[in-house]
Amino acid sequence: MALAERPRRRVAFTDERIEMAHGAGGKASRRLVEGLIAPAFANPILDTLSDAAVFSLGGVRVATTADGYVVRPLRFPGGSIGELAINGTVNDLAVSGARARALMATFVLEAGIESEIVRAEVAAMAVAAERAGVAVVGGDTKVVEHGLCDGMYITTFGIGEIDPRFALDPGSVRSGDRVLLSGPIGSHGITILLARGELDLEADVRSDTRSIWPFVDALGDACGSGVRWMRDPTRGGVATALNELARDANVAIVLDESAVPLGTQVRGACELLGLDPLHIANEGQFLAVVAPERAAQALAALRAVAGGEAAADIGEVRAQPARTLLGETPYGGVRAIDMLVGDPLPRIC
Amino acid sequence: MKYVDEYRDPVLIENVAREIARTVKPARHYRIMEVCGGHTHSIYRHGLRDVLPENIELVHGPGCPVCVLPTGRVDDGLSIADGDDVILTCFGDMLRVPGTRGTALERKARGADIRMVYSPLDALKLAQTNPSKQVCFFAIGFETTAPSTALTILRARALGVENFSVFSNHVTIVPAMRAILDSPRMLLDGFVGPGHVATITGCRPYEFVARDYGKPVVVAGFEPLDILQAILMVVRQLNAGEARVENEYARFVPWNGNGAALAALETVFALRPVFEWRGLGFIPESAFEVRADFATWDAERRFAVPGVRVTDPSAAQCGEVLTGSLKPAQCRLFGTVCSPERPVGALMVSSEGACAAHYRYAQRAAETEPAGV
Repeated sequence: MALAERPRRRVAFTDERIEMAHGAGGKASRRLVEGLIAPAFANPILDTLSDAAVFSLGGVRVATTADGYVVRPLRFPGGSIGELAINGTVNDLAVSGARARALMATFVLEAGIESEIVRAEVAAMAVAAERAGVAVVGGDTKVVEHGLCDGMYITTFGIGEIDPRFALDPGSVRSGDRVLLSGPIGSHGITILLARGELDLEADVRSDTRSIWPFVDALGDACGSGVRWMRDPTRGGVATALNELARDANVAIVLDESAVPLGTQVRGACELLGLDPLHIANEGQFLAVVAPERAAQALAALRAVAGGEAAADIGEVRAQPARTLLGETPYGGVRAIDMLVGDPLPRIC
Repeated sequence: MKYVDEYRDPVLIENVAREIARTVKPARHYRIMEVCGGHTHSIYRHGLRDVLPENIELVHGPGCPVCVLPTGRVDDGLSIADGDDVILTCFGDMLRVPGTRGTALERKARGADIRMVYSPLDALKLAQTNPSKQVCFFAIGFETTAPSTALTILRARALGVENFSVFSNHVTIVPAMRAILDSPRMLLDGFVGPGHVATITGCRPYEFVARDYGKPVVVAGFEPLDILQAILMVVRQLNAGEARVENEYARFVPWNGNGAALAALETVFALRPVFEWRGLGFIPESAFEVRADFATWDAERRFAVPGVRVTDPSAAQCGEVLTGSLKPAQCRLFGTVCSPERPVGALMVSSEGACAAHYRYAQRAAETEPAGV
């Protein structure tokens, strides 16, 4: 990959202890991975630090990914830990241009959890896997003492073949490219926040957890070669994902803020709580950067998929100021949009 | 969204912006302070600087409760969490404010029981569900949040909940505005007045600014249209050589304030003889303490709070930024040693802090912003 050849800015990890912010998907998470973990294993595949590791196996290009799920509460409107564990891993492969072929699942269970809860999550996983068209082919179980893991943690590992319709490479992102978003943002993060019951705030919001493969598939058919980059904006939200792209591709990304699809309930909750929807996690959306001449076609393809009606063209790539995400307000003002800092919503997936 | 979208209407905003551009006298420089951190945040968030003429200079005021809290008070508050069987509760912003021995979040990671709440009532609930623990609420804020703290103490008394207490750092905005007006470095022309505070206090407390100092004050809401309209009103007064208090935020701010909230404040709190503000120093009668009648719920009486004084790191120029005599990006530490992720001063912590707002929303404009003073 072109990126691996470019020297990456070294990140130092000097924090004395791990805090919740290191798991929130923003700057601290990035420091933990790039400063403490990745250097120990440095190799060309890992060094791309993308959603999935892409390499050749017996002449076939494959993508592999692993993800841990520690969401609290286990069930919430619109989904549960089991569904996340399938969809999240399927989606990490999808945005790498690979259709998931097989998953492995590991369960860490807390002694004392009711078997019915475990049964329900396993069933939810089976349904989600069926829907995503992927088989769960193996895994592991462990049990830890009562009080240690909030009921259960799940990790999943996934593998898929790289779809030959795509030639993804953040290094190919260039000035003029368009940024597409599959649908309204923020509903997963806000749903979890409200499901915790710590706020006297009620809103009719549901997690957006779903497999995004049908959308990626539609993009592949419509203009696979015109797609330069994809990412599912989970922890840290759209702002963090696009900041990372701006940094990796050495470009500026300029959002038209009024074009970003946003539900009324999520918007209201964010206004009330002082959160920026661009920092809130999603579990069923994805961002794509496409060549400008293919953007209209790509958008039409996304909108034609059920659940993709609200897909939007939300901004463009520019050359300057490099490594920056900017937002154009409807009033002609411009603001810089930073990555997520700190920990507004811990343990959302 | 009702009550929001109307005030973010691009057409209306463009009209007001055009009206401001028409109204300003080209040869005149207008230095207007937005007192409230909520305004600072909104100005950056909506890129309002970009729609104003060059000769209007916005100076960010001291109305950010986290920002004006001196490090010593942070240390005092966090020391309460060191006690056995104590749950310390606070608003989210407070969690990341650095004390001398780290932030609340760092202490939490080491095992201290520190929890974020969205309301002091949540802290009181926590006390009820944890009767064997002492639950302390680290209270900060101007008149905006002080009434909810007062009402929570009143409710704790009514319910007989005695394992709940408040570490009060509530402050009142008027003495701080007076201190800024008295500062010889401060060459301000007018004020966008604090809208949230005024929902409680009303507009009357700001009349001295117009009367004694001859500066216009326009109490304003927090949406882009509110802020621009208020700036326009200040500019019109200045052009006409007038100095009055005007209320742009009349949909929420009654001229005489909220009587019930003011009564609750009066019942529970008394003014401290003096209180230290970061950047502004010691200001007489500028902060609230819990009255002796409510000693049971006063953390300063319940816990051995050390009462430390800590001077800010000498390289940090929080005080100068806080009083508006320095722009955030002109501080020696801005963006290098001090950033939202690793703040040295509190102005970099809160989203209402001028430095955090500047860093998050306008970092790239840092070099081109006109110098202060």
